[in-house]
Amino acid sequence: MPKVSMSVNGKQVSGNVEARTLLVDFLRNELRMTGTHVGCDTSQCGACVVHVNGKAIKSCTTLAVACDGANVTTIEGLANGQDLHPMQAAFRQHHGLQCGFCTPGMIMAAVDMVNRLGFDLSEETIRHELEGNICRCTGYHNIVKAIKAGAAAMGGLKVAAE
Amino acid sequence: MAGTGIGARVERKEDFRFITGKGNYTDDINRPGQAYAYFLRSPHAHAKIRKIDTKKASKMPGVVGILTGEDIEKDKIGGLICGWMIHSKDGSPMKAGAHPALAVGKVRYVGDHVAVVIAETLAEARDAAEAIVVDYEKLAPVIDLAGATKKGVPTIHDASPDNQVYDWHLGDKAATDAAFRKAKHVTKIDLVNNRLVPNAMEPRAAIGDYDTGEGAFTLYTTSQNPHVARLVLSAFIGIAPEHKLRVIAPDVGGGFGSKIFIYAEETVCIWAAKKVGRPVKWVAERTESFLSDAHGRDHLTHAEMAIDENGKITGVRVSTRANLGAYLSTFASSVPTYLYAPLLSGQYNVPAIYCEVEAVYTNTAPVDAYRGAGRPEATFVIERLVEVAARELGMDPAAFRKKNFIKSFPHQTPVIMCYDTGDYNASLAKAMENHDVKGFAKRRRDSAKAGKLRGLGYSAYIEACGIAPSAAVGSLGAGVGLWESAEVRVNPIGTVEVLTGSHSHGQGHETTFAQLVAGRLGIPIENVSIVHGDTDKVQMGMGTYGSRSGAVGMSAIVKALDKVEAKAKKVASFVLEASEADIDFKDGKFTVRGTDKSIDFPSVALQAYIAHKFTGQQLEPGLKEGAFYDPTNFTFPSGVHIAEVEIDPETGITTVAKWTAVDDFGVIINPMIVEGQVHGGIAQGIGQALLEGTVYDASGQLVTASYMDYTMPRADDLPSFHVDHTMTACPSNPLGIKGCGEAGAIAAPAALMNAITDALGHENIAMPATPQAVWKAARASFAKAAE
Repeated sequence: MPKVSMSVNGKQVSGNVEARTLLVDFLRNELRMTGTHVGCDTSQCGACVVHVNGKAIKSCTTLAVACDGANVTTIEGLANGQDLHPMQAAFRQHHGLQCGFCTPGMIMAAVDMVNRLGFDLSEETIRHELEGNICRCTGYHNIVKAIKAGAAAMGGLKVAAE
Repeated sequence: MAGTGIGARVERKEDFRFITGKGNYTDDINRPGQAYAYFLRSPHAHAKIRKIDTKKASKMPGVVGILTGEDIEKDKIGGLICGWMIHSKDGSPMKAGAHPALAVGKVRYVGDHVAVVIAETLAEARDAAEAIVVDYEKLAPVIDLAGATKKGVPTIHDASPDNQVYDWHLGDKAATDAAFRKAKHVTKIDLVNNRLVPNAMEPRAAIGDYDTGEGAFTLYTTSQNPHVARLVLSAFIGIAPEHKLRVIAPDVGGGFGSKIFIYAEETVCIWAAKKVGRPVKWVAERTESFLSDAHGRDHLTHAEMAIDENGKITGVRVSTRANLGAYLSTFASSVPTYLYAPLLSGQYNVPAIYCEVEAVYTNTAPVDAYRGAGRPEATFVIERLVEVAARELGMDPAAFRKKNFIKSFPHQTPVIMCYDTGDYNASLAKAMENHDVKGFAKRRRDSAKAGKLRGLGYSAYIEACGIAPSAAVGSLGAGVGLWESAEVRVNPIGTVEVLTGSHSHGQGHETTFAQLVAGRLGIPIENVSIVHGDTDKVQMGMGTYGSRSGAVGMSAIVKALDKVEAKAKKVASFVLEASEADIDFKDGKFTVRGTDKSIDFPSVALQAYIAHKFTGQQLEPGLKEGAFYDPTNFTFPSGVHIAEVEIDPETGITTVAKWTAVDDFGVIINPMIVEGQVHGGIAQGIGQALLEGTVYDASGQLVTASYMDYTMPRADDLPSFHVDHTMTACPSNPLGIKGCGEAGAIAAPAALMNAITDALGHENIAMPATPQAVWKAARASFAKAAE
C-alpha cells in the first residue's frame, strides 16, 4: 500500500493507504477527524469541502495519494481553541446551521469564497458561489447572511446585525 | 428581547460543536472490532428469487458473514411493521403484506434488500456482494399509480391480490352531494402531488453492537425517535427485550420524517452483530438513500368545490389515490388518511366535506411521512381549489378567501378537527401589507415591458400539529400513544439536566428547551443541559415529528418543572422556617411572603440534597421530578404565504421573485430558530413545486437516484424570504405553543403553483414546474390568446 504524507491543520501526518482511498476517508477513518462529512458521493453536495494548498476541494472525489505533500485544512483547523474563526462565529450568530451536517463544508467553501473574491460579497454572488453546496435545513437564507457577515468580519469590516 | 428566557433570540448552545467539526453523528462513531455491512439490493422492481448462491462470495477476502432472508426467517426475527391500522369503507382492515428485513422469496422494488455482506472493510464487503449470484425470475412490475389496481395487473402481495391497501373515506357523502346539487358554481381540478425524496443531508446509518458478557444490544442509529425504534425492534421484531436493547440516536443530520421509521438496515445490523460476533456498521451511500429511504407525497387527486350564489363555499368533494410503494412503512397508512382528509376544510367555513382515498401498492420505494405528511397534500388541494374558484368567479383570490374564512372559535369542521383559535384575517392582512400586494400591478407591468410574465399566488394554510392526544389517535387506529415525557434533574449545586423524549436533529432543542428551564428556575442558561437520544438515559419518549417538540415535549418539561418547583418550595419552607403556603418563587428566589427572608434556587437544591433541615418522615431528600404530558387537542398553526414569480416565456425559467410568510405559531420560544424553520420549510416546498421530481421508468428503475438527476434546491434557486408572525396563543397546552416545523413545506407548493398559473393564465401545469413544462404552458397560453 502506498504511503501518503501531508500536513493537516499544521500537523504532519502520514499513513499507508490503499491507492483507491479518498482524501475524506483518509481524514475520517485513518486520522479519525470526523468533522468533514460525506453527503452524496458524487461531488454535488459539498459536505466534504476542505482546503488543499489554500484552495477548496471536494475531498469525496480526491484521492488521498494525490494530496501527498500537500497542506490540508479541515473544519477542525479553523478555530483556535475556543476562539472561533470569523466565519464560524458568523454562522452561529446568524443561525446559518440547523442539523449541522452540511455546515463544515459550507464554512470551508465560504472561507474559500472570501479568499477568492474579497470581503464585500453581494447576496447574488454568495448564492451563485454556493452552487456546489447543498443544505436541506435552512433554505440558505441565513447561510447567505452568515457568509456576508463572516466575509466582512474577516476583512475587519462591520455589518449591522439584524 | 434581552435575556435568555422565552421569546429571546438566543444563539444556539449546540452550534459550537457543529461549527468546529466536533458533532457526533452515527458515522463518526466507531466500535472496537467493528465490521462493515453492505446490502445487496434488488436490481429488479418485481421478481421471484429462485436461488441465492453465496458460495463464491463467502470465500472472498475479508468476508465475515453473508446473511439472507432465509437466515432471518430461521432466527424468527419478525418483519417490519406498519403501526397505524386503517379500515376500509366496508369495515375491513387494511391489507398489509409481509415486510421481511431481508427479502424472502420475492423482491418488490429496485433497492429491496436481498442479502447483507459483512466484511473487515467496506470495500471488501462491496466486492463480495458483487460475487453473490442471485437467480431471479422477473415479474411484470406495477409502477403506474393510476393503473395499479386495474384488472389483470400483477399482484405484489398475496395479502392484496388487486394491490389495494385500503379504500377509505371520511365525511358525510350524502350532505356533500346535496351541497353540490344545490351549488351555483362548481370548480373542478385534477392534481398530481409529486413524489419526493426527503434527502436529509446525513445519510441513514446504523451500528449494531452486542455485548456477550451482558447479553445486551446497543444500536446507534440515525433516528428521530429512538424509543419508538427500541419498542418496535423489541416488541414486534423481537431482537431483544427492551432492558437488553439500548438505542442511541446521537447527533442526527436532518430527518424531515424519513428518520422516524424503523428500516431494514438497522434491523439487520443489530441482529447480525450477535450473529457474527462483531459490531456491524452500515452507512448509506446517497444512491441507497434515494432507493430505500421512505419517499413522500405521491397522490393523484380529483377535487371539487361547490359555491353558492353569494360566493360562499358550501361543499368540498375529494377523491385521492395514494401510492404507498412496495411495502407499508412504519406510519405510511396514516399519512393519506388521518393526516390528510381532516385538513380539507383549510381556513374556511365549509359545511360539507367528503373525501375518499384509495391507497395502493406499487413496485416502488415505500412512501411515508415527509415534512408536513398529509397536510401539504391537503393544503395543496384546498388552496388550488380556492384559487381556481376565485379566478372562475372573477373574484379577487384574497377577497374570496376572506369571505369564506372561519371567523369564530372554537370551530368544529365536518372532518374531525375542532380548531381552537386563530385569526385568519389578521395573517392575510399582514401578509398582503408586508408583500406590498398593492404594488403588484405595477411590478407586473414592469415585467411585461421586459418580456416577462409575473404572477402572484396565495396559500392560506392550516395544519394539525403537536401530534396528538393518545386516546384520540388510538381511536383513529394509531398503535401507540403520542404523549411525551420529561425528567428534570436538579444537581446539588443547582445546575440542571433535562431528559426529554423529544429528539433534536436540527431543531435546536438544546437551546429552546434550556431557555424554558433557565427562565422558569431563574438560573443561567449555561447551567442547563438537555439530554436526549439515548434510551438508557431517557426512560421513554415518542420522539420528534409533526411539529410536536414544542407543543408536546416542552409541555412535559413544564409539568416536571411544576413538580420541581412544588418540591423546592417545601424544601425552602423548612430552610426558611415558614409555612409552605407563604413561600413565593420568582426570579430564581424563594421568599417568605411579606418578609425579606429568601433563599435562591441553587441553595434550595443544595439543601434538598444535604437534607439537614428536614427529616425523612417530613420530606424525601433530593430534587428530581418526571412527568408525562398527553395533549388534550391537536394544535392548529396557520398562516398566509404569498409567492411572486417572474417567468421568462422564452426559456420557461421561473424565478421566485418575492416570498412573504406570516405565520401564527402561537407563543414563540426563540424567534431566530422559528424563522429558520420557516425558511427551510419554504425551501422544501419550493423544491417540490419547482425542482424536485422523482422519476421511475416503466420497468421500475429509479431514474433520479443521485444529486445529478434529482434537483435539490440550491442557494441560487431561492430568494431571501420575508418572514413575520401574528399570534393567537394555543389554549390547549401550558406554553401556548402551536408548532412551526412543517408550516413552510405545507404552505409553499400551493402558493407557488398559484403564482405560476397566475403568470401563465393556464391552470394545467403539474409539479415540478420545470422550465420545459412552464415553457409549454406559456406557448399554450399565447396560442389561446392569439385565437
